[in-house]
Amino acid sequence: MLKIAHSCYHALRRHGEATYPHECCGVLLGTMAGDERTVVDVVRAGNTRLDSPHNRYHIDPKELVRIQRQARERELDIVGFYHSHPDHPARWSPTDFAEAHWIGCSYVITSVEKGTACLTNSFALLGETEEAKRFEDETIEVEAEDRAVRCYQPSE
Amino acid sequence: MKILIPTPLRQYADKQAAIDINGATVGEALGNLTSRYGDLRKHLYTDDGKLRAFVNVYVNDEDIRYLSKEQTPVKQGDTIAIVPSIAGGVFVDCVIE
Repeated sequence: MLKIAHSCYHALRRHGEATYPHECCGVLLGTMAGDERTVVDVVRAGNTRLDSPHNRYHIDPKELVRIQRQARERELDIVGFYHSHPDHPARWSPTDFAEAHWIGCSYVITSVEKGTACLTNSFALLGETEEAKRFEDETIEVEAEDRAVRCYQPSE
Repeated sequence: MKILIPTPLRQYADKQAAIDINGATVGEALGNLTSRYGDLRKHLYTDDGKLRAFVNVYVNDEDIRYLSKEQTPVKQGDTIAIVPSIAGGVFVDCVIE
């Protein structure tokens, strides 16, 4: 399960709208406890795929090093990543799967249709090895502004 | 020096986020790391002993690919960061109208 603060949930969705028609990308910071990842902050990242930003994203590892260092200073971990799919479903693609290597982390995808964020789904990358990795749908639990909790199951 | 362990690999390193390791080069330091934590090896290296393509290694803020790769010298006070790649994207075979 992915638990995420209201402000973070909407921040990553807004990022997808801001970069439309290109894919946005970023990092989820928080804590892990067993199968639960709790997001308390999101950090926007640059998409280095300037050659094909409408259907590809890549985060510079040097930027990840910086984000990881800053997270450590705040006693937070990298618990996942997010990106957007412009005019495409919020489901992982073969490319998303092939390029996913942070086993144990959440991969959040938002479909952005004609500039408006629609569905946001999350997938946990699981498995013992790179060769045995798999994505599993996971529920997103959003802590709303009024402190109520709203749950979103993955959908098409 | 310190080696920073990314989230996915901590379960193979006694759940530690950072480990103090000795070594004169990056290769030596990673070798000492995987000697101490044997389960890490298959996640960092292929069967023929090469660093996996998606494993990025930084010494302080420099990618070892642009230095001397695993022969990059390291010294006390340096930080080695292991950073798996993050990328992806839509494989577009249809567009929502």
